[in-house]
Amino acid sequence: MSNGLKTLMNGILKENPTFVLVLGMCPTLATTTSAINGMSMGLATMFVLICSNVVISLLKNLIPDKVRIPAFIVVIATFVTLVQLLMQAYLPAIYDVLGLFIPLIVVNCIVLGRAEAFAAKNSVGLSALDGIGMGLGFTLALTLLGAVRELLGTGSCFGLPVFPENYGALVFVLAPGAFIALAYLMVIINKLQKK
Amino acid sequence: MVYFLIFISAIFVNNIVLSQFLGICPFLGVSKKIDTAMGMSAAVIFVLTLATVVTYLLQMLLIKWGLEFLQTILFILIIAALVQMIEIILKKISPALYQALGVFLPLITTNCCILGVAILVANGTEKLPMGAEHGMLTGTLFAFATAVGFGLALVLFAGIREQLSMNKVPEAMKGTPIALLTAGLLAMAFMGFSGVV
Amino acid sequence: MKKLESTFLNMVLSLVIISVVAAGALAGVYLLTKANIEAQKKAKQEAAKMAVIAGHEDGTAVEAVVDGFGGQFRIMVGFDAEGNILGYEVLEHQETPGLGSHMTHWFKNADKPNQNIIGRKAGSLTVSKDGGDVDAITAATISSRAFLKAINQAYADFHGVEAHTGASQLNKEEAEEDVIIIEAYGEADRTNAMSKETEVNHE
Repeated sequence: MSNGLKTLMNGILKENPTFVLVLGMCPTLATTTSAINGMSMGLATMFVLICSNVVISLLKNLIPDKVRIPAFIVVIATFVTLVQLLMQAYLPAIYDVLGLFIPLIVVNCIVLGRAEAFAAKNSVGLSALDGIGMGLGFTLALTLLGAVRELLGTGSCFGLPVFPENYGALVFVLAPGAFIALAYLMVIINKLQKK
Repeated sequence: MVYFLIFISAIFVNNIVLSQFLGICPFLGVSKKIDTAMGMSAAVIFVLTLATVVTYLLQMLLIKWGLEFLQTILFILIIAALVQMIEIILKKISPALYQALGVFLPLITTNCCILGVAILVANGTEKLPMGAEHGMLTGTLFAFATAVGFGLALVLFAGIREQLSMNKVPEAMKGTPIALLTAGLLAMAFMGFSGVV
Repeated sequence: MKKLESTFLNMVLSLVIISVVAAGALAGVYLLTKANIEAQKKAKQEAAKMAVIAGHEDGTAVEAVVDGFGGQFRIMVGFDAEGNILGYEVLEHQETPGLGSHMTHWFKNADKPNQNIIGRKAGSLTVSKDGGDVDAITAATISSRAFLKAINQAYADFHGVEAHTGASQLNKEEAEEDVIIIEAYGEADRTNAMSKETEVNHE
C-alpha cells in the first residue's frame, strides 16, 4: 500500500510533469487562458494517461520489444480519439475551446513517457496509480496556471469576478503572459522546494 | 500576392511557437546553441512540408471512405513512418545531410507542430490571410511557411540564450524559468506584428 | 507469462492485432456517438437561431462570415420583417480574448445605446471612427469594423431573400467586389424561414 501511495504522490509532487519534468508544455501554455479551460485539458489528458497506462501494462508481455513504440502509439491514439468522440458528443462547448489540443494529446511527451518508463515495467495496479498521480499532477498544474492567468488577466477566478475586469493586465490572457506566468510560477516553486 | 501574405502571416503574425503554442518542447529543448537550432529548423521544414502533403492526400481518402474518426491514429503513424523513411533514405543518399539532421529526426515524431499543422491543414482550419482559398497548394505553402516561422523563432531564441548563458541569473530562475521568461518577451515582440495581415 | 520474442512473425502479429482491435473499438464508439455529435451541432445552430430571433415568429435568421482580426468569424443575425436587428450570436471566432472577443456581448448592451445595435436598422452601420454612430469595442476597432461588416452583409443577404432576387445573383456581385460571400442557412432552411414568414403575414 505504501508503495502505491508513493507512486501516486510521485506524479503530483516529486516528479510533477509540468513543474519538475517540464513535459507537455504545448497544452500547458495554450489552453490555460482560464482555470476551467486548464482543468478540462488536464482531465482529458489524465483520462488518456490512466487508460493507456493500464492497457499497456496489461499488454506488456504480448508486445515484442522492437515494435513497442508503434504499438504504444496505436494504443494512446485510440484513447485520444475516444476522448475526442466522447467530448464532441457530450461536452461540445469544452471541445470547441480546447480544439486542436485534444488530438495533440497523442504527442504529449508525458503519455508516451509514462508508458515507456513505467507501465511497460510495472503491474497493472501500480500503472493505474501512476497514471492517476501523473494525471492529477498535470491537472493541478494546468488549473493553477489557468487560475493565475485568469485572475491577473481578467480579474476573475473560475469565472467568478474577484476584482473589476478593467484592472486586469490583459497580457496574461495573451500568448506572452502564458510564458511569463509559467516562468514565475516555476520560480516560486523552486524557491519553496529549496527551503 | 496572396502567397506572399501566407508567408508573412504564418511566419510573423501567427508564429507557430510564439502565438499558437505548438512545438514548444523542441523550442525549449534544442535552443541552447545556434548550430543545433539551425539543424533542428532544417529538419522541421523538411518533415513538416512533406508530412502535410501526405496527410492532406490521406485525409481526402478518409473523407471518401467515411473514416474521419481514424484521423489522429493514422496521421501519427504516417508521420512516424515518414520520419523513419526519411532517416533511412538520407543515410543512403546524403551522408553529409544525415550527419547534420540525423540526430533531430527521431525527436521530430513527437514534435506536436508536425501533427498539429497536419491536422489543421487536413481539416481546413489553418489561419490563412484574407483572399487565400483553402486547398492543397495553399496548405503546402502554409506548412512550409509555418516551419520557417518555427525555424526563425528557434534560431532567434537560441541566439538570445547563447548570450544569456554568459550572464548571472538568480539561482531560482536558472534553467527553464529564465528560458520561459525570454520566450515570453520574444512572444511580446512578435505580437507587434498582429493585425499586419 | 514470458515476454514475447521479437521475431518477425510476433512483431507483425502483435501490431496487426492491436491495430485491428483499436480500429474496431473506435468504429464502434464512432457509430454510437455519431448521432449524438450531429444532434449537438444541430442543437447549437437551433439554439442560436432561437436566440437571435428572440421569440419573434416572423423573424429571419441569417448567417454571415467575414475576416476579423484573428481570422474568419461567423455570426448569426436575426431580422424582423422590416429589417431591424432583433439579435445576434457569434457562432465561431478567433478574436483576441479580452479585446475583440467582447463582440459576443458588446453590441447588445441595452444600457449603452451608443454601442447597442439591437433594434437598429442594418445595412450601413459603421463605427464612430469611420463617421458612423456605433461605438467600437475599446482597443479593438478592427474587430468592431469586421463585426459591423458582417451585420451589414447579413442584412444585404436578408434583403436579397426578401425581394426574391435570388441569393446566387447577390453572391456573384459580392464575389466581384472581393468580399467574403455570405453563407445564409442552406437553401432549404431559408425557404422554410420565408414560407413561415409569408404564412404569418397572410394571417
